[in-house]
Amino acid sequence: MEKSNQLSEEQIIQDLLPQKFGRRGMIWTAILILFCLVGAYAYYRQLRYGLVVTHMRDYVSWGIYISNFVFFVAISLVGSLITAIFRLAKVPWRTPLTRISEMIAISAITFAALIIIVDMGRPERLLNLFTHGRIQSPILWDVIVISTYFCISLFLLYVTLIPDIKIMMNVKDKITKPFHKIYRWLASFWKDQSDQEKIRDRIITILCITIIPVAFCIHTVTSWLFATTYRPGWDSTNFGAYFVSGAFLVGAGGVVVAMYAFRRAYKLERYITDMHFDKMGRMLVLLSLLYLYFNVNEYLIPAFKMKKSEASHLTQLFSGEYAPMFWFAILVGMIIPIFVLLFKKGRKPLPMFIVGIMVVVGAWFKRYLIVTPTLLHPLLPMQEVPESYHIYFPSWEEWSISLGSLAGALLIITILARYFPVISIFKTLEDEKEKSA
Amino acid sequence: MSCKCNKEEGCQNNNSRREFLLSGLAATMVAVGCSDKTSPFIPEETIALTGEKVKLLSVDGEVIEIDKAYLKPVPDITHLTNKQEREGMAGKKFVMVIDLSRCKNLKKCQSACNHAHQVHPGQNWVKVLSMDDADHSAPYWQPTTCMHCDEPPCVKVCPVDATFKRQDGIVLIDSNRCIGCRFCMAACPYTTRVFNWEDPIQAVVTDNSMPQENMDSKQHYSCETSLPQKKGTVGKCDFCPDMIRKGELPHCVSACPNGVFMFGDMNEDAVTNGAETYRFSDLIKDKAGYRLMEDLGTKPSVYYLPPVNRSFPFESGLENQLPADQMNHSK
Ligand code: SF4
Repeated sequence: MEKSNQLSEEQIIQDLLPQKFGRRGMIWTAILILFCLVGAYAYYRQLRYGLVVTHMRDYVSWGIYISNFVFFVAISLVGSLITAIFRLAKVPWRTPLTRISEMIAISAITFAALIIIVDMGRPERLLNLFTHGRIQSPILWDVIVISTYFCISLFLLYVTLIPDIKIMMNVKDKITKPFHKIYRWLASFWKDQSDQEKIRDRIITILCITIIPVAFCIHTVTSWLFATTYRPGWDSTNFGAYFVSGAFLVGAGGVVVAMYAFRRAYKLERYITDMHFDKMGRMLVLLSLLYLYFNVNEYLIPAFKMKKSEASHLTQLFSGEYAPMFWFAILVGMIIPIFVLLFKKGRKPLPMFIVGIMVVVGAWFKRYLIVTPTLLHPLLPMQEVPESYHIYFPSWEEWSISLGSLAGALLIITILARYFPVISIFKTLEDEKEKSA
Repeated sequence: MSCKCNKEEGCQNNNSRREFLLSGLAATMVAVGCSDKTSPFIPEETIALTGEKVKLLSVDGEVIEIDKAYLKPVPDITHLTNKQEREGMAGKKFVMVIDLSRCKNLKKCQSACNHAHQVHPGQNWVKVLSMDDADHSAPYWQPTTCMHCDEPPCVKVCPVDATFKRQDGIVLIDSNRCIGCRFCMAACPYTTRVFNWEDPIQAVVTDNSMPQENMDSKQHYSCETSLPQKKGTVGKCDFCPDMIRKGELPHCVSACPNGVFMFGDMNEDAVTNGAETYRFSDLIKDKAGYRLMEDLGTKPSVYYLPPVNRSFPFESGLENQLPADQMNHSK
């Protein structure tokens, strides 16, 4: 942050305050809303006619809703990675990234919860989980840890926001009036006193410490939804670590994409610098290698043995029907990013942005491959069902709902960024002070 | 049909079976007195015929005519409470033995089951799989029901106790509680579960004059009959506890003309297919009975007798196979 040394306090506040949407922002938001509406219509159809509107059937009984759910849970882990782990490790350059990753975490975990309700055959019986819940079911563990994670993430986002909201309240002209009330409701108690500051700091530290095990839990438990069954491809002791490492990778990829987008949209070049991209690039290489390592464990060891039940599943992935998608996910989601990011030029903002998108897209398809092909290889032969039960390709309703949920997650991030600073003003000021001291 | 059996009259080796089956609860049958010779439960009372006939739909879906004298008013149907249905029958442990040497893929079991449980067209609770274990082994037909495991993976994962294990060994589903998460379908290694993806087919009512839609909505739901089926919930073979309570055999057992299925109570150590009764332990010992996927530790309640000394060649069942299954033959 060489240049930002000369930044004055007013300048920083001016730069980081949330800004009105420009034309591009409007179009972007409109597109997202459109996607959400189409998804909502598709969901209305699903409620009306039943899950028959999907192409899930008795063999492939979980489809892209579930893989989308796993994707959301995965990406939401980034909140804990960047905020908590970086904070506890005292990574000095984390400031411009924490708010963004917390926003991603909140929106992703919200939609993870929503998409799992979409997948239910009887969503109106959701409360049965509480009135008749049985603690031995991994689903209940997931309900518990995901709601805990949601609460902690929300609280963390809020606590870190308080001083910023206070700052925004003082700069009246820039902010749209109706939201002023909300700001006041959220943060009027904040007096900027050192004892308040101390408490806030303590709270953040405690939250950062608690969020790490909970974050590990949400994705480990999600992996257990699969690993507690007997299915080839799921029946693996490697699954928890495999999922968590993949989650860190896709989360970091998501943050890189968001960094680039916000930097462009809000002109934050002085805050999110090339150095940040460079560091995140190194980080991505490390995480890709880690995920690759678990992939090797997950696929090559069973492939070495080729047990009968695993064999048809694995050959379908390696060289069969799913091979193009499988190799796409491996190459685009891990191997190519590693090679690109090994070069200094590859860690410049634009290539990083592209690599980030590759990682996220690869990760989405990876989740699809974890869920669907396994279900097409049951332990007893697939027989005595209509022919449509032998294959799975999502119906337009499933695509619309899934795309709608992705758009919805982006919409939440967009709205949060519209009303709250995407980079902590307070923390940036603090960093500046430290630097000049 | 609380038909009291007269043990002295031609029951031979059927005693044990009758005792356990007939101790069922009192009766909720509309029509009594089927002419089915394979039924071990023919009431031995004389009825004065009236000469007036009524048409009824049999469990196999055939329209049959019987004398009006055989019709009895339904006694007040005392529905079991959900708690009773969840507890099951005290002192029982139901088992099924499937004799693979007798199966020729007639699928009578399947049609009777589908009909009785109003299974959605295309879906089946009983599947007759064509199995071929290895390259040079002989293919055989394997009827597959729910295994009613003693360590049921589906019950373990159900978040709301909608699928549960009863004291009599039966694993049932409570479709009034199921949230449709389908975790149990993923967990079942035998992929026995089906899902009601859309509105279930209408209840088939014997009398055409009855408005069916109204019947449907008013019909009392019971975990034991699995009826009426409910959209957005799972279903599977339920071992027909409603039939057992009436002192009858599950639909697949009585529908199979080859006596492939044998059903009984482990505590009584007896299984029957309606025509023959065996001591369960002897049968398993003499014919080397086994269970599917023993290594998973699920402890099924369904035993198989290996396809040796077969009654029919495998090929005789091919004509009943679905065209799709002929193409992707099992391996
Ligand atoms: S689908 Fe129904 S029975 Fe199966 S696990 Fe879910 S709630 Fe339980």
